[in-house]
Amino acid sequence: MLLITCPHCGPRAELEFAYAGEAHIARPTDPMALDDESWARFLYHRANPKGLHAERWRHLHGCAQFFNVVRDTVSDSIVTTYPAGQPRPALPGDDKGATR
Amino acid sequence: MSGFRHSTAGRVDRNKPVRFSFDGKTYQGFAGDTLASALLANGVHLVGRSFKYHRPRGIVTAGSDEPNALVGIGADEAHYAPNMRATQVEIYDGLVAESQNRWPSLGFDVGAVNETFAPFLSAGFYYKTFMWPPKAWAKLYEPLIRRAAGLGRAPTQADADRYTQVYAHCDVLVVGSGPAGLAAALAAATTGGKVFVCDEQSEMGGSLLAETTATIDGLSARDWVARALADLAARPNVTLMPRTTAFGWYPHNFLGLCERITDHMAKADPKLPRERLWQIRAKEVVLATGALERPLVFPDNDRPGVMMAEAARIYANRFGVKPGDKAVIFTACDSAYRAALDLMAAGVAIATIADLRAAPCGPWIDRVRSAGIAIRAGTVVTGTTGRLRIDSVSLATVGIDGNPGSSENIACDLLLMSGGFTPSVHLFSQSRGKLVYDEALQAYLPGISVERERSAGACRGIYDLDKVLSNGAASGTGAAKAAGFAAADTITFSTTADSVGTDGFIGVTPFGGPSSKARAWIDFQNDVTAKDVRLAIREGFRSIEHVKRYTTTGMATDQGKTSNMNALGLVSETLKVPVPQVGLTTFRPPYTPTTFGIFAGQSRGDMFDPLRKTPIHDWAAEQGAAFEDISLWKRAHYFPKRGEDIHAAVARECKATRGAVGIFDASTLGKIEVVGKDAAEFMNRMYTNAWTKLEPGRLRYGVMLREDGFVMDDGVVGRMATDRFHITTTTGGAPRVLSMMEDYLQTEWPGLDVWLTSTTEEWAVIAVQGPLARKVLEPLVEGIDLSREAMPHMSVREGRICGVPTRLFRVSFTGELGFEVNVPAGYGRAVWEAIFAAGQPHGMTPYGTETMHVLRAEKGFIIVGQETDGTVTPDDAGLGWAIGKAKKDFVGKRSLARPAMTASDRKQLVGLLTVDSKTVLEEGAQIVADPAQPIPMTMIGHVTSSYWSATLDRSIALALVRGGRARVGTRLSVPMPSGPITVEVVEPIFYDAKGARLDA
Amino acid sequence: MQRYSAFSLFRKALGGHADWQRQWRSPEPKAEYDVIIVGGGGHGLAAAHYLAKEHGITNVAVLEKGWIGGGNTGRNTTIIRSNYLFDESAALYEHALKLWEGLSQDLNYNVMYSPRGVLMLAHNIHDIQSFKRHVHANRLNGIDNEWLSAEECKEFCPPLNIGAMRYPILGGALQRRGGTARHDAVAWGYARAADARGVDIIENCEVTAIRRGVNGAVEGVETSRGFIRAKKVGVSAAGHTSVIMDMAGVRMPLESYPLQALVSEPVKPAFPCVVMSNTIHAYISQSDKGEMVIGAGTDAYTSYSQRGALHIASHTLDAICELVPMFRRLRMLRNWGGIVDVTPDRSPIIAKTPVPGLYVNCGWGTGGFKATPGSGNVFAWTIAKDEPHKINAPFTIERFRDGILIDEAAAAAVAH
Repeated sequence: MLLITCPHCGPRAELEFAYAGEAHIARPTDPMALDDESWARFLYHRANPKGLHAERWRHLHGCAQFFNVVRDTVSDSIVTTYPAGQPRPALPGDDKGATR
Repeated sequence: MSGFRHSTAGRVDRNKPVRFSFDGKTYQGFAGDTLASALLANGVHLVGRSFKYHRPRGIVTAGSDEPNALVGIGADEAHYAPNMRATQVEIYDGLVAESQNRWPSLGFDVGAVNETFAPFLSAGFYYKTFMWPPKAWAKLYEPLIRRAAGLGRAPTQADADRYTQVYAHCDVLVVGSGPAGLAAALAAATTGGKVFVCDEQSEMGGSLLAETTATIDGLSARDWVARALADLAARPNVTLMPRTTAFGWYPHNFLGLCERITDHMAKADPKLPRERLWQIRAKEVVLATGALERPLVFPDNDRPGVMMAEAARIYANRFGVKPGDKAVIFTACDSAYRAALDLMAAGVAIATIADLRAAPCGPWIDRVRSAGIAIRAGTVVTGTTGRLRIDSVSLATVGIDGNPGSSENIACDLLLMSGGFTPSVHLFSQSRGKLVYDEALQAYLPGISVERERSAGACRGIYDLDKVLSNGAASGTGAAKAAGFAAADTITFSTTADSVGTDGFIGVTPFGGPSSKARAWIDFQNDVTAKDVRLAIREGFRSIEHVKRYTTTGMATDQGKTSNMNALGLVSETLKVPVPQVGLTTFRPPYTPTTFGIFAGQSRGDMFDPLRKTPIHDWAAEQGAAFEDISLWKRAHYFPKRGEDIHAAVARECKATRGAVGIFDASTLGKIEVVGKDAAEFMNRMYTNAWTKLEPGRLRYGVMLREDGFVMDDGVVGRMATDRFHITTTTGGAPRVLSMMEDYLQTEWPGLDVWLTSTTEEWAVIAVQGPLARKVLEPLVEGIDLSREAMPHMSVREGRICGVPTRLFRVSFTGELGFEVNVPAGYGRAVWEAIFAAGQPHGMTPYGTETMHVLRAEKGFIIVGQETDGTVTPDDAGLGWAIGKAKKDFVGKRSLARPAMTASDRKQLVGLLTVDSKTVLEEGAQIVADPAQPIPMTMIGHVTSSYWSATLDRSIALALVRGGRARVGTRLSVPMPSGPITVEVVEPIFYDAKGARLDA
Repeated sequence: MQRYSAFSLFRKALGGHADWQRQWRSPEPKAEYDVIIVGGGGHGLAAAHYLAKEHGITNVAVLEKGWIGGGNTGRNTTIIRSNYLFDESAALYEHALKLWEGLSQDLNYNVMYSPRGVLMLAHNIHDIQSFKRHVHANRLNGIDNEWLSAEECKEFCPPLNIGAMRYPILGGALQRRGGTARHDAVAWGYARAADARGVDIIENCEVTAIRRGVNGAVEGVETSRGFIRAKKVGVSAAGHTSVIMDMAGVRMPLESYPLQALVSEPVKPAFPCVVMSNTIHAYISQSDKGEMVIGAGTDAYTSYSQRGALHIASHTLDAICELVPMFRRLRMLRNWGGIVDVTPDRSPIIAKTPVPGLYVNCGWGTGGFKATPGSGNVFAWTIAKDEPHKINAPFTIERFRDGILIDEAAAAAVAH
């Protein structure tokens, strides 16, 4: 049972949350302009890294807000959490940081 | 001394005799005894039979590492538990225990014939044989192997006990209450932090409970324990948890603990659960889990009467039990000398101490020597004898070539062994801390912590009492400080206890060279010998994980607590590589076997899952409705009258609704209120339909897709105002629809001014359907004109019904004139009953979900999840009309443009009529063009819904058929085991195709 | 290869088992192979075996970063069945099941394939509709699967509770040829058979990079034991597929989730078959050793930690205790996690990739073990011929782009 710090409510047990997949995959503003390949990338292709992973959780049984978490998928330790809409923060050892 | 019980020594309560039975024979022990200590006090050493060879086995340890002494406990089947360790079972009056894996009796076990075949039953022998004839494995060999395997037997009745679960938080959790744990707890407790201390034993104090000579702060070890526990118990910030095993470490300092509550009670308060699962989030954890003594591996080291030296010391000192009359001790470390002295004091004659070491020395050796006990240095045990109990030991001195010389036989009834200690790093390893091999200690020790954890005392290889105490105290202080509490003073201790050093031995003792035919057990319970491990290595298994899996060493119910290091040592020696290169098997939860019941807890019967009931549920139940489960809801399935089966009831309900009026509880429909300036825009993006032009007061059937283009949900949506929509969803789909809407709203379109509220539980929904529906409702409604002109099909009005505010939908899922009356849930039953009463003169009939299904199928209305299955597009389901063609975008639109989504041979919704009108197709039946084709057949579709239509007096069906719309008018076939059924493909509507009744 | 038989066992026993040969060698990697398989699990070893046996390609290396069979092969609950709904899946899993039926003899290694029957329980009307759809489709595909009433379920599996419960058992779909096998033996048997045909099985050899030439084609792999050249590389790395494919610059439609399993202490035979319940999330069988082998669906979040959450395992045991209340007093002996790679449609990918010479076999989710022989067999074909076998032709990466999904999970809501 992870201990997840909701940016709005503070640290709570994992049971209060719902996992919602990789973060920072913005829905294209004009999907119809995309070719099939690009659309499939948006829909299905995932980084699935072994290491730091920016992902979305929803505080379902709390404030009901979606927010972002950077978690190490090897240790399951959580490095940071931040509200939806904010860019992935720059973190030591994280070359994917500060991107949207 | 009476029998094998000392008259005064130990901590058992001689004023409380306890009678228990083992294999049908009654024995007496005392309160405070374990089953093992009580049996030993009665001179009983033979307690079990081994897994494979059915070797007679005795009690080896005094704790949770016991590999042999497994028994079944329970006076009846509803309380029977197999494989309980006699060393942990506390006795009580009336306890019933039985030995396992033997027939007909423990003393004479037919299964012991396996011994004869032992040469063929080598490690992994079953991989090499039983292959011919191919069918014989499952029919002949496997059943034989299965019968032979398994130790105890499963209970044959449902468990009569209860289990509970508790969540807790603390600042410092101390696991283990030996000297390190108590010191840590004392240190942490003084800071004021919330401290939990757990220990798997019934009494706290760990190794100090068996300590007779050492002193701490001027007190005997036992008195010091009593004082420390009293101190801790008096503090409101401390919780002491005996009989509680910390079995698992999960991420983020979350630990699972099992508290055993009633198993030691003769008569438990029926209100008490048997066991309790504690799930504890600890800011900091101090592991003080101690160390386990290692057996030595030598020939026939598995006979009853062969015991760990420290276990014998515990039986003597803590339980006042003499585990034998004459003992030989085989050791590789000093602690066995301490045991020798304690046992001698308890009246056991020590024949000799065989020490594997060439030149043992130190205070304990001196003391033993001056006590007159013979010590043989550089000596090994080369064999033992005795059928059901050891009766002699052969000793031989190891020569300079490393091989033993000639043997000498010594009679004895007890052989104590000690190969040194293995720190219990199980929980540390579970926490993903890195283990580091210490060459000097020949042990894996905790390295770098990953979680917020400290290991203290013997579990990190510190064995001397003074160091254990100071390390424990420092860990407790450090943990409290890390949890945010300041320590007042450093706690110090003064002790008198001689060091027992850190010597030990891992692997196989040099009893006869690697080619010796003798069998020396490494894993007692799984009957794995040194020969088995050597064979595995010979066959190329090099990783310790492979050796473990091939030989099964370390995979028994003790999870290798006594065997793993010796197996590692042997592999290291055989492969001639250092121990760390052999690898280490992973430590996995649980630390000791843990009852299934605590994980299930209260999730039993009706409490297994939340149960959702509508406001009208009880009314339906009173009417004798049959219910069905749909997600968490119970829904009225049909309302049988006396003597009716489901078919008769549904036919009656259908006819009544079509002919007069029916009433149906639609309250389970999901409902979401979408409100805000941008509500229509939001709806446009979420649904396939266009919403901008829908006027307030109108309803529209909406279809929602997943982003991959497949139908996810549907439902009727009412526009209550320009900025307000009342959405309905499927019964099961409401949570995922709301979640998806929130997802898009919050993360993709945060700029939209829209608010979403789940209103499923706010509204009771009463569907009144049938040609007389208006007549029934009209007198009950205030402020709403129900006339055809004023309130056409697919409109919504607000007003009152029976004096209660309502959102009245004119909508039909039956094809008849129909209304859905939404009223606040609290009024649901009252309004329902009022409508029902008003409907009686008109023949109003309640109907359930089955009738609802039939009526909607007659009209060709789909049910998401029945006509669709996550692979169906709106066009497939005949809902192409519901797609707003002019819309630039909506969820799922882009996916619909993918090549496969527009292919002409996709499965499309059609109707099917069996040529024989009486035949009702089976839902899920497959459809083919040519039933005469060979198997595998080319299937072109399947039946999604199929019913007897009482209205039409024939069967009807809906189906998804490849290129189905182009096949309308053709005949297809549904091949059933009894023969093919011919069907005609028709439009998916069977009743009132023009919709005249709907618009009435 | 030293033949295994009752006779050889008898003879060797008389000699104290002194001259059993190694089941597979432990060779140093060669500088170049015709084919490199990345991943020494059941699927990878099977592919190597069939490359050698059926395609005559014996200059093959299987590279395993740890010990063979140490990933999901050694961590799964060993359920075997082929009663899948869609033609594509049914053909693939039935191909595997047919190979299971003769695998011990083919490998001369007793993999203990035990067709004890797999019974999938229905707890609501939707389950019944879905399972019957499977039964009918399977029948017309020539795959055994039959519908049982609740009473027939009880007769087939007496420990089941078909009485009152929150979601009562309404019936079940039974595949009698379904069952279990001994997971370790599958890895070892394939390794031994492949080794005997010349395949090099190289353990403790971690692939760290995939080298591609100027034309983009694969040239070989960098490993912890040096560079190894090969024009064909087949990735069979289960949960780590994304990591390996990333080395070749290919982003996959995959996510890796923890999948937990657990066993009870061993007891005498008390459970005769495999029972699965997707509606209440659990499956159970009893191993030859006597342990109740129990599993359920994946944990909630992606992870490579090879462990799962306590509340997930608890939920699994809730369901087991409801299905078989007499097991409530049994005890959990071991609980562990694997890493399963999951595709968006829950069906595997066995295909060529956009990189010439690079092939991938992945996405088995929670159901890979049962497919081991069939998967390895068609993967070997795909690598040998540089084109898919007709059985795996639908299981491409491109199906996600084109929308030709094989969505067993959506269609059936059944764990597999």
